[in-house]
Formats: sequence, structure tokens, C-alpha cells
Amino acid sequence: MAVLQETRERVASLGEKYKYGFVTDIEMERAPRGLNEDVVRLISSKKDEPGWMLDLRLGAYRRWREMREPNWARVHYPKIDYEAAYYYAAPKLAAQPKSLDEVDPKLLETYEKLGIPLHEQKVLAGVAVDAVFDSVSVATTFKAKLAEAGVIFCPISEAIRDHGELVRRYLGSVVPVTDNFFATLNSAVFSDGSFVYVPKGVRCPMELSTYFRINASETGQFERTLVIAAEGAYVSYLEGCTAPKRDENQLHAAVVELVALEGAEIKYSTVQNWYPGDEQGRGGIYNFVTKRGDCRGSRSKISWTQVETGSAITWKYPSCILRGDDTVGEFYSIAIANNYQQADTGTKMIHLGRNTRSRIVSKGISAGKAQNTYRGLVSVHPRAANARNHTQCDSLLIGKDCGAHTVPYIESRNPSARVEHEATTSKIAEDQLFYCTSRGIGEEEAVALIVNGFCREVLQQLPMEFAVEAQKLVSISLEGSVG
Amino acid sequence: MSLLDIEDLHVAVEGREILKGITLSIDAGEVHAVMGPNGSGKSTLSYTLAGREGYQITGGRIVYKGEDLLALPPEERAAKGLFLALQYPVEIPGVTTMNFLKASLNAQRRARGEKELDAINVLRLVREMAAQLKIPEEMLRRALNVGFSGGEKKRLEILQMALFRPTLAVLDETDSGLDIDAIKLVAEGVNALRTPEHSMLVITHYQRLLNHIVPDRVHVLADGRFVAEGGKELALELEAKGYAGLARNAA
Repeated sequence: MAVLQETRERVASLGEKYKYGFVTDIEMERAPRGLNEDVVRLISSKKDEPGWMLDLRLGAYRRWREMREPNWARVHYPKIDYEAAYYYAAPKLAAQPKSLDEVDPKLLETYEKLGIPLHEQKVLAGVAVDAVFDSVSVATTFKAKLAEAGVIFCPISEAIRDHGELVRRYLGSVVPVTDNFFATLNSAVFSDGSFVYVPKGVRCPMELSTYFRINASETGQFERTLVIAAEGAYVSYLEGCTAPKRDENQLHAAVVELVALEGAEIKYSTVQNWYPGDEQGRGGIYNFVTKRGDCRGSRSKISWTQVETGSAITWKYPSCILRGDDTVGEFYSIAIANNYQQADTGTKMIHLGRNTRSRIVSKGISAGKAQNTYRGLVSVHPRAANARNHTQCDSLLIGKDCGAHTVPYIESRNPSARVEHEATTSKIAEDQLFYCTSRGIGEEEAVALIVNGFCREVLQQLPMEFAVEAQKLVSISLEGSVG
Repeated sequence: MSLLDIEDLHVAVEGREILKGITLSIDAGEVHAVMGPNGSGKSTLSYTLAGREGYQITGGRIVYKGEDLLALPPEERAAKGLFLALQYPVEIPGVTTMNFLKASLNAQRRARGEKELDAINVLRLVREMAAQLKIPEEMLRRALNVGFSGGEKKRLEILQMALFRPTLAVLDETDSGLDIDAIKLVAEGVNALRTPEHSMLVITHYQRLLNHIVPDRVHVLADGRFVAEGGKELALELEAKGYAGLARNAA
């Protein structure tokens, strides 16, 4: 089949198409290379943090020194030299900007290139943006409107200062400081991220959104995000990511914690297009992320939706702890790996409460020489009577040099539990492509159409404003994957 | 010059010669029927016209609107007004029928340098045609051909033909698997497009479709060659004698 043969050649040109590969020339302030207690203290003091926060960081740092990098995922990369990286980088600013007018125009230009609607008039669609530039949040929009509803949405560094008690109560309560190598590292050195608190009974009046961007070279980026929905609250949060093009690999180890109290609902969507490396597999982001949500109160619900098209390596398992009775966890995922990208991603659904339900829909698309692994755990604990899970894992292969792997773990310790797992693997069929082309649709558009159809169930979960963008991203990341 | 000139066409599939020298001319406004038993090369002819991969041209040529048709990829042939109604329309999960129709129509318009139509205008066009073909609107919201009955799939092919208004429509056994009411519906759709500007190549195994779509010329295909050609009465003769009888006469 000539179509599939040519796929590889065309895929090879994809690396040149990363349109976000530019670097903003802004003076950076950096901590010295490498990691030691002094660097941790520096980060903490730069942020004017209270003593408890410094203690948490130092505790994490000491613990991390004793930990080993995990190696169980189906990803391969040269050993990371943690002593060679910078752990703190911030644009040099005279003072913290109070409004958009005070923000460095070059930063705003960067965001413009990324197509982020930062100016308030551009976000009339109801999106509040907390933009993170390397380690420092530079602008937050729509704060006032949110404050009116009682919603707190701010950089986490600010929350640590202004809402210390709330942060102290919840930070590390879902992903403990000792959780895993990357999460522990993050706990020691995280420099910024977002904080959301939606008070009891409040439906957050708009979609909240954060765009992360890695700019400085050889800088690890360690965001920390904490979202709390109090009793009966609802919030939908979207993060988007882009990184400029570089030859060296960059480390990104974020931690996201979600807490849903009784009857609360959190919808967390990610559109990730970090630089994936070039067509030879050089460069690209190493993305080792710990995301976990805790349905702490009964009848609460946490829903993860992710569209992963970027990164050289993705190691990511957004999970739900279904602690309360009658809680619901959902995971909807699209993972696209092209060229030499490696994705090992999936979810964990931990059923602790009674009548807990979880749903997993994973769509993996592999092209070029990429390897795409779904790794998921569904665990039903003894007390979780009538727990239900349905898992559906579909893989689509484009070309013959890529791979799809499905590794589901199922543990059930309650006889009334019902756990279902369905998996399919398919190729884009020649007859489907021909049907489209014979109707006038070019091959590239046809692949995008078929892949978007394949992903539809997941795309439908995204907030309306981002569904269109995500569809385009799906098309762009597969550009050139057929001849 | 004819709209379509097929000259001594030889086509092989996986190294085996299926069409062994076909010559056929279709003028603007004409309807031609190609009849033949299973395995005679009917579908090979239709796929070759549409440009499907895997059909190697081992001899001859096809000139369409004065151009070398074989040099064009399928999507360019479609944009230039060539349409193939498939014998077995393909399912595409997750892509709604409406979305597919819009994408196809606009891809063709774009290629011709025409303005694309917005969703509302496409919907208006499609609705009108769907009503004529008795296609329920609910079907347009379902994934393309997924879970459609054989009759629904064929009617959707005719709807596409009506929407694209091709200069040359090739209908590959559009009647197969249809009951008589469905055949009448399909034929009405086809006849509605019969104008001095629109030509058709109707490929069929049975004569019955030709009661409803009356052809100007009939060509009988057997083992990769035309063994008999004539007016519409040839179809009736064929019905009476059978393919075997006709092939014997020709030999």
C-alpha cells in the first residue's frame, strides 16, 4: 500500500512544522545550576514564603535525595543530569505588574504568537487566563469578576502569601510530598502555578484557563496547581502548554492536585503541545507529570480530559481517588505520538467508597516511529461495594514503524464490583481514505477527518471554546503523515 | 471531442490483467450502461475512472474534458466533476454524515477556486435533497454510513451525487441489494440530474435498473472486453438470452 509507505517520508518533515519554536529575548534571572538546600531556600525567599512552606520544600528536597528515578514506563531516554539544570528562572522585572499595561510588551507578543487571548477584550468569550511565563505568573485577567463570585484564581505563589491557611490545608493532601520521584522534586522546587478555590455552592462563572510556556533553555519547569471545589461547587479548568524549539531536552515535572468536597464537580482539561523534538528525535520536552484528583466528599465528581500531542516523552497518569460514596471519576484522553515521540499515559481509578463509578476512554494515535502506551489501573477496595468501571482503549496506527501498547491493571477486592475493559487497535483503512479522496477531500485532510472522528468521544468532553482548537491541533500534529 | 474517451484501456490488479482493452466514448448529456456478469471487470473500470490505488494501467489512456485523467489524483478528478457512487460505501466512525458532506463539497469548491459554503447553506441544500430521496434528517447526524442499511447507504450515494452535480457520474451497481421501491427512488434521483450537461455511466449486473434509467448506449462487458454494444434494446436482449448466450454470439 503506497499510501502507508510514503507515510514515513512525509512524517519526517513534521519536525520542521512546529510553529511555536521561537525564543523570546528577555533578560532572565536564574538560580545557579544544580540543586541543593541553598537553591531551595532561594526559591522560597524569592517568593516571600512563610516558614511552613520552606519546611515543606526542604523536607521534600531531603526525601528526594534518597529517591530513585522510576524506570517502569515504556519510555527510553538518556539519563537526566539533575545537577546540570537550572531550577529557578524568572524574567527580570522592575516590580510585579499590577495590570496588563505594566507587562513587558515582549511577553505579550509571545503570547500573541501563541494565540492566547490575554487582553481582556479578547477574552469576552468567558475565559480567564493565568499566564505562566517560565516560573512567574505575569498577568491574571478577570480576577475582579471571579472575586465577585467568591472564586479565588491566582498564581499559587500569591495564594501561599494571601491564602496561606487554605493552601496549607490542601497542598500535598492529594499528592503527598513523598509520592514519587518527580512529585517530590516538584514539591522541593516548584516556583509557580495556579491556585483555584471555588466556595460552597458556587458555580464558577467562567472557564478558567492557564497557558504554560517554557522559555529559558536548560530550565526545568515545575508547576504546581491546586484546585479546590468546596461543597456543591463546580469549576471547569483548562491548561494549554507550548514550548519553544531547542536541541537539548528540557524537563517538565508538574504536580496538579484537585480536591472535590461533597457534591462538588471539577472538570480539568489539558491541551498539551510541548515541543516534541525534531524528526530525528533530537530535543523536545520530557514531561513527567503527576496529576491526581480526590473525590473527598460523597457525590462529588472529577473529570480529566487530555489532548496530548507534544513532548518527546510523556509520563502522565491523571488519576481519581473515589473516596466518598457515590463519587464519579472520568478520564478522557487523546494521545498522539509522531516521529520518535514516546507516550506512556493513562489513568488510575481508585475505588474506595460505595457505589463509586469510573469511566475511562483512551484514544491513542501513533505515526512515524512513535511508541504509544496506555497504562491504566482500576483498583476496587474491599469497602467499595457496587463499584463500576468501564474502560475503552482504542489505538489507531498510521504507518508500519509505530507501535501501540495497552497495559491495563485491574485489582478488585469486592465481589460486587463490575469492571469492564474493551480495547481495539486499527489502522486507517485504504478504503476509508479512498472514499474521502473520491469525494474531493485531499489525503491530509482525510486523515485529519478520520482521526478527529476516531477521537470524537473525547473531543466532545472539551469545553466548547477549546474543542475547535483541539481539533485543529489534532490535524496539525498529523500533518504530513500520509503521502 | 467527447466528454470521456477511453482508448484501449488495459488494467491489472496485483499483476493480473482484468481489463483487456476497453474503448468507450461518452458525449455530454449521454447515459451509457455497462452490463456484465460478476468478475467481468465492471468494478475495476469504475475504480480506475475514480483513481483508486492498486489499479495499474498497463495500456491505453483515458481523456476526460481534454485532459489525461490518469495523471490526476482522485480528489482532483472529483473537483473536475467526476463522481463515483460506490457499490459498497465505506463507514467512517465518529464523522457525522452532515460534516462529511460539507467537507467534501467545500473541498471540491476550494479546488475549483469557488467560495466555500457555510454550514447553514450546506444544511439547506442537503435538507432539500434529502427530502426528495426520503432520507430522514436524523441520518445526517449519524456517523457516516455507520449502522446504515444497504438501501440507506445507496441513497446517501445518490444524495452526494445530487449535491455535487458531477459532469460525469459513475454508478457502480447502485441497484444491487435494493428493492423495487428503493430502485425507483434512486432512479428518480439520477433522472433528475439528466441534462444536456450531465453524463452518466451506469454499471449494473441486471437489466431492471435500466427500465428506470433508460440508457443511450449499452456495452456488455465479459472477461475484460466489450463483447456487444448497442442501443437500449440490447439490455432487453441480454435479459432474454443471458450473458452466456450473448458472449457465445460475440465469439
